[in-house]
Amino acid sequence: MLAPVTAKGESISDMRKLFGLLGVLLAAHVAMSFIRPAGAAVAPVGDAVDVGIVFDLGGRGDKSFNDGAYIGAERAAKAFGARVRFVEPGEGSDREAGLRMLAAEGMDLVIGVGFIFTDDLTQLAKEYPNVSFAGVDFAVSVDKDGKVVLPPLNVAALKFREEQGSFLVGALAALVGGSKKVGFVGGMDTPLIHKFEAGYKAGVKAVCADCEVIAQYAGVTPEAFRNPGRGKELALSQYQQGVNVIYHASGSTGLGVFEAARTMKKMGIGVDADQYNEAPGFVLSSMVKRVDNAVFDVISRVKEKKFSGGIYDFGLAEDGVGYVYDEHNKALIPDAVRARLEALKADIVAGKITVPSSR
Amino acid sequence: MSDTTARRAALEEALLPPIVALAVVLVIGDLLILAYGEAPGAVWRLMLEGTWGNAYGIGQVLYKATTLACTGLAVAVALRAGLFNIGAEGQLAAGGFGAAIAGLALPAGTPSIIATPVCIAAALLFGGMVAAVPGVLRAKFGAHEVIVTIMMNFIVLALLNYVIAAHLHVPETLHTPSVHAGTIERIGSVIPAFHGSAVNWSVVVVGTAVSAVAWYLFRTRAGFELRAVGLQPGVAEYGGVNVSRTWMRALALSGAIAGLGGVNFVLGYKGYYEDGFAGGAGFLGIAVALVGRNHPLGVVIAALFFATLSQGGLAINAMVPKQIVEVLQGIVILAVAASVPEVRRLVRKAAGARRSGMPTSMPTATEELRAARMSGDQRPSA
Repeated sequence: MLAPVTAKGESISDMRKLFGLLGVLLAAHVAMSFIRPAGAAVAPVGDAVDVGIVFDLGGRGDKSFNDGAYIGAERAAKAFGARVRFVEPGEGSDREAGLRMLAAEGMDLVIGVGFIFTDDLTQLAKEYPNVSFAGVDFAVSVDKDGKVVLPPLNVAALKFREEQGSFLVGALAALVGGSKKVGFVGGMDTPLIHKFEAGYKAGVKAVCADCEVIAQYAGVTPEAFRNPGRGKELALSQYQQGVNVIYHASGSTGLGVFEAARTMKKMGIGVDADQYNEAPGFVLSSMVKRVDNAVFDVISRVKEKKFSGGIYDFGLAEDGVGYVYDEHNKALIPDAVRARLEALKADIVAGKITVPSSR
Repeated sequence: MSDTTARRAALEEALLPPIVALAVVLVIGDLLILAYGEAPGAVWRLMLEGTWGNAYGIGQVLYKATTLACTGLAVAVALRAGLFNIGAEGQLAAGGFGAAIAGLALPAGTPSIIATPVCIAAALLFGGMVAAVPGVLRAKFGAHEVIVTIMMNFIVLALLNYVIAAHLHVPETLHTPSVHAGTIERIGSVIPAFHGSAVNWSVVVVGTAVSAVAWYLFRTRAGFELRAVGLQPGVAEYGGVNVSRTWMRALALSGAIAGLGGVNFVLGYKGYYEDGFAGGAGFLGIAVALVGRNHPLGVVIAALFFATLSQGGLAINAMVPKQIVEVLQGIVILAVAASVPEVRRLVRKAAGARRSGMPTSMPTATEELRAARMSGDQRPSA
């Protein structure tokens, strides 16, 4: 039996329409391929420091060290025209691929942001001996005899003396808190965070020998850095025990600490970046890690051809760590306290006080 | 029905949706790039140069495609049996962990000829065990595999996370110590052009596995039973197939294939298990299976395509934000999903018209699958 001729014609023409659509799409694509908007990127010319930065998986916009690295690099671009390229990896193997891509392109300096880049940087530095590398929070390993294993000669390990900044906010918490009890909420229970706790405790004891520090951790897995609910729970119980100020070193778990501070009308102290905006009026200060300064510093060294590998410690003396004191929290910190903190800071810089970095 | 007409229709049905999807993606990509203020031509060129433009780029694409082929094939095999395996992410991680544990348990100096197969077997076993749980729950208790596989992801990933963070990690890192034996060499160590790229001989292992699965699905009785259960569990049961056992077997196989993907990272690339290495490759496997139309060969092609996008995204990161690539990945999936039924309708209509009078309404694969799934939800009364 034969189908009506019209139906046959229509079916074939439906297919034609599909191919027509394909043709239109491809023509549009080809046409657009030739468009070159004004302001599109052009190949860089001239002599300037070329810097490549690979971010941690958190990427830009983390309001913490990825953003810090970005700000530092932008400052270098403004100050002396450094040309900076950023790469945001999508998955684990992209970390090495990103670093390698930048190194292979002949960047003067390649920076990996985060301790997780340690292995990749160590390996690539050997393959590209003429490129300078830097790792923010680079994990320096220790051999069997407890000796520090230095990174390759063309790798700068940018480390921060978090314990020194923590010392100052510890003193601040004890001086402002007024209740002989101060709190600490840590994220994952690891040596990295013990550094914050140790410095904080030492700071408290330095100004108030009989003060008690209640230190608690949110957990033993990396999840402990992403658990605001747990942070709030810990903070509420500490506030109810008579604590008036809590310092947190716990990533976004700390948002729960601020939430608790707001509820109880008590104080929290932020970490890494200025966290005033998380709970305006209830954030006494923040222990800031100036990744921006460290990144700017290492780029300037490359620019001045003074780069050399090794371990770079950024402490109070280098303006690598510090505490926030600005128009927002001025009212919360009496002048006498401020003066006391500055005196302590001077003592640490001068080496009169040595801050412990482990419990 | 004339053989050539049918074959032509089948070919058109298979090839047209990805081509349409590609055209849509190119045009939307152009628009996004223009909106960002860059030149589309330059960006696409950079993407091609960074992927298929040199041996290193090709190696990177192959490396990423190796993992994606495993997770994609895992999803495809389960779908052939009428089961939706959303748990490839957890199975992939478990497989990698299994390989690392085996590699750590073996004494250093074990010859690779023994160590590597042992580690690979461990990866298959761990992945398979994770997927066997939803298989058993489905077959014995009728628990829906979509829910169970999703929840297994959370359980497995959290468990592995804990084991690594609390017991097995090297201080200041999130990975285990390097395995003592069983690592697979990178291709770059034999062919210098691939130097630096992560591609390793796992690609051959996985290629063999894909062929074996294709043979199993289309040339063995068990594979036939698996597909029959996927199309119509009731009919298969009537024909003497043990549906419950086929479901368990299909999910265990699916999980083992996903687990094999972990070998690529753990044995072939880093030499250790790192928390979070799966990084979404398991979920992307669902898209790979969809675009690859649940066929082993299609899965391989789709895996190469998604790997190209992923590696290309890194290369063009200098000019445009990498989120553009993520948007494009999503659009590929949408465009394929939307164009498959429409293209099929048109192709069948045209083929029917060509044959002048042959019936044009054969049940489509999706309809068959839908029917299979609907009847699958009612437990066959045994």
